[in-house]
Amino acid sequence: MTLLSADGLTKRFGGVLAAKDVSFALNAGEMLAIIGPNGAGKSTTFNMVGGQLKPDGGRVTLAGHDITGMPPREVCRLGVGRTFQVAQTFLSFSVLGNVQMALIAHHGQTRRLLAEASAMHREAALALLDRVGMAAQAGRPIGELAYGDVKRVELAIALAAAPRLLLMDEPTAGMAPAERASLMALVSAIAQREGIGVLFTEHDMDAVFAHADRILVLVRGEIIARGTPEEVRADPEVQRVYLGHSGTRAAARARRAAHG
Amino acid sequence: MEWSFLLVQALSGLASASSLFVIASGLTIVFGVTRIVNFAHGSFYMLGAYVAVTLVPWLLEFDRSPWLFFAGVLVSAVVVGLFGVLMEVTLLRRIYRVPELFQLLATFGVVLIVQDLVLLAWGPVDIPGPRAPGLRHGVYILDQRFPAYELFLIFVGPAVLALLWLLMHRTRFGVLIRAATQDREMVGALGVNQAMLFTGTLFLGAALAGLGGALQIPRVSANPQMDLSVITEAFVVTVIGGMGSVPGAFLAALLIGQLQAFGVLVFPKITLVLVFLLMAAVLVVKPWGLLGRPEAAAGRAVLPEGILDPRPLDLAGKLLAAVALLGVLALPLLDAYAVKVGTEVLVLALAAFSLNFLVGNGGIVSFGHAAYFGLGAYGAGLLVTRAGLPMEPALVAAPIVGGASAALFGFFVVRLSGIYLAMLTLAFAQIAYAVVFQWVEVTGGDNGLVGVWPSAWAASREAYHYLTAAVTVAAIVFLRRVIHAPFGATLRAARDSAQRADAIGVDVRMHRWLGFTLAGAAAGLAGGLYAFSKGSIDPTLLGIPLSVDFLSMILLGGIQSVLGSIAGAAAFHAVKDFFMPLTDHWRLFLGLSIIAMVLIFPRGLAGAWASLRGRAA
Ligand SMILES: Nc1ncnc2c1ncn2[C@@H]1O[C@H](COP(=O)(O)OP(=O)(O)O)[C@@H](O)[C@H]1O
Ligand SMILES: [Mg+2]
Repeated sequence: MTLLSADGLTKRFGGVLAAKDVSFALNAGEMLAIIGPNGAGKSTTFNMVGGQLKPDGGRVTLAGHDITGMPPREVCRLGVGRTFQVAQTFLSFSVLGNVQMALIAHHGQTRRLLAEASAMHREAALALLDRVGMAAQAGRPIGELAYGDVKRVELAIALAAAPRLLLMDEPTAGMAPAERASLMALVSAIAQREGIGVLFTEHDMDAVFAHADRILVLVRGEIIARGTPEEVRADPEVQRVYLGHSGTRAAARARRAAHG
Repeated sequence: MEWSFLLVQALSGLASASSLFVIASGLTIVFGVTRIVNFAHGSFYMLGAYVAVTLVPWLLEFDRSPWLFFAGVLVSAVVVGLFGVLMEVTLLRRIYRVPELFQLLATFGVVLIVQDLVLLAWGPVDIPGPRAPGLRHGVYILDQRFPAYELFLIFVGPAVLALLWLLMHRTRFGVLIRAATQDREMVGALGVNQAMLFTGTLFLGAALAGLGGALQIPRVSANPQMDLSVITEAFVVTVIGGMGSVPGAFLAALLIGQLQAFGVLVFPKITLVLVFLLMAAVLVVKPWGLLGRPEAAAGRAVLPEGILDPRPLDLAGKLLAAVALLGVLALPLLDAYAVKVGTEVLVLALAAFSLNFLVGNGGIVSFGHAAYFGLGAYGAGLLVTRAGLPMEPALVAAPIVGGASAALFGFFVVRLSGIYLAMLTLAFAQIAYAVVFQWVEVTGGDNGLVGVWPSAWAASREAYHYLTAAVTVAAIVFLRRVIHAPFGATLRAARDSAQRADAIGVDVRMHRWLGFTLAGAAAGLAGGLYAFSKGSIDPTLLGIPLSVDFLSMILLGGIQSVLGSIAGAAAFHAVKDFFMPLTDHWRLFLGLSIIAMVLIFPRGLAGAWASLRGRAA
């Protein structure tokens, strides 16, 4: 079943065509990676799906609803959680408080004037933190955490909206290699278990080839190739324009890991 | 209306646009480089006028030549430029990295200091300046007489614009100014040159303000109110033009000059309101002004300055609160004077608390909170004096009036953030002030209204004190609860990261608007209580100085603390009440205190209390 479809998304910043006629579809439970060099338009595409940017042309459909140009808060309420390229959290809150805040928002309780916010949804928030392996840090101020841990908390925040779709813009940027692998494994386990669709961008080719079900290759705002990891890996155009040697090596490593 | 008349009107609009531009260009250049909105820019303008009315007549004693007149004007500008250097070296370089609110307050401290020093040096009486030799006549345009000096002023603005353009594009200093304005990161990479650049920029900015002031002396006498009246106009010009943009300031000055020249024909009394409405309209369509650019998001996320994670009161905190409450209740055992001061402190504490609800909890730095306090006071006062209602319904109306006006202004305010938001709140407060000041038939104008007395049961000082205590304590307890509740948490979340709040489904603008309205209602309630405690109302209840008093209170209390603003209000008012009668230089004292607080005591009384407790534990 198609969860998300983008049809002909186009965005222009002054003279720069950041996204040109970008189309793709994503099924529930599927992990779709967008890869491409810096400035290819990955974040722009993400922001058009998440509502942070209004597309100049094209349509975004979520489970049959047209969500083109909707503000992020409404997109969120339709079941889209997201993480940002630079993690966005509530710095003055504790780790637990961040997730509680997301749950308060999810339940539409942000206008309550009398309840004690720090006592609301504690259990649910702890359970979410447990899922991302952060329950032990629940009481700490989020500003004290290592960046990799902040990214995990951001994932818990995104999951608080009980999303059908997760948007993750470079989820492992700024993390150590071991942390990257474990975060991606976590995301892919959650996606499979709960049937959440995941759209992500990633620079780390190991992560992409290990976890993506399908890959889109974006270069200068245009999709130049798409398909399963094997198809993309074999595509001569992709190898020439983008992957180069390091990408081919990563693909080979991933193949060995998968078969051996 | 005749064509010649309209033409002359347009020309006088051009002349005032020219003067405005000269002043605003300095403000916008200083902001572009230092990112500080310099309240003291108006003080530089005033100093320019005072220096010129002293220097120019002395020069004209030698020879009544136009050249000496203009030499005197230019020398005055240079002298003021040196004051700018002094301010940069002694104050500004210490506050480039502190939060905006602290910067605004510190430069306002300079305003207060300069006001007192000007009074000391030149006295309170207006000083008329000499007319410009050679430009004293009138010129006939069609059949209308137009002063030659005004005609001359029309050319000053474009000439300054051209000179600034040359400076910005043809000198190394100017290229650095432009680079710093466009790219913050670059300034850090300048190393040693940075200090020179910033000092030089302050010289240029202050000299332009001084030039603006000195050029005014044939038109207006030098007077001690010049600073605040010009600074709001200069703010409006820079905000409409886009902060940091010199051509934007020119464009905005032209617009405002014409709006004032023709607005005065249609709405003679409320041209100021027209100007602010223009500003609100521009900001809604272009939130960074006509030619401004959006501020690039800060690279690394920093912990916000304000309330962090509000905790329940611990034992010591509860004891302190209990002692304070007992003290309030026991005041009538002392003398009547103590009761009077106690009632005032309660009212101010509620106003300050409501302001910190915005500033500390919401990151919404309102520079015009007194507007809602004052409008609440007028709402209650007018109902009693004009409509003959008793106190009780009037006190119910006060928060409604405060809240409704906050809702109206807040609709525009919450679309902005940071310095633009602060400027817009200031502008709206000035609109409210202007309306109250000029609508003499209803509000009594400058004199205000007397006869705002409580009902008979609350007429004694003591009874009114207990009424005030009951109402303010209830309101503060309620607001504190809201800070701990989901609504307060949501405001903090939106302050920390609007993008994240949006992505979890929060309508950020709506919540900020509701928060602004709630704070306005609480301030309005405080204003209503204040009116009945004084028995009178007057426009100072809406003025900038009172807004700054409120800000000083929360700064003194500590904006990171939930309850600190109460202590801040009490300490501020007690000190003011004690010192003001003793000294003629209250403003000097207050200005120095504000600067000292920003520099050495930025976490206020609550911070001192916390570190005291931390050490004891
Ligand atoms: N807000 C913006 N204003 C102007 N140009 C932008 C903006 N956002 C992105 N761009 C430009 O659009 C192109 C694509 O950027 P982006 O989507 O961030 O790429 P990626 O995420 O693939 O690195 C780049 O050339 C970038 O400079
Ligand atoms: Mg990106």
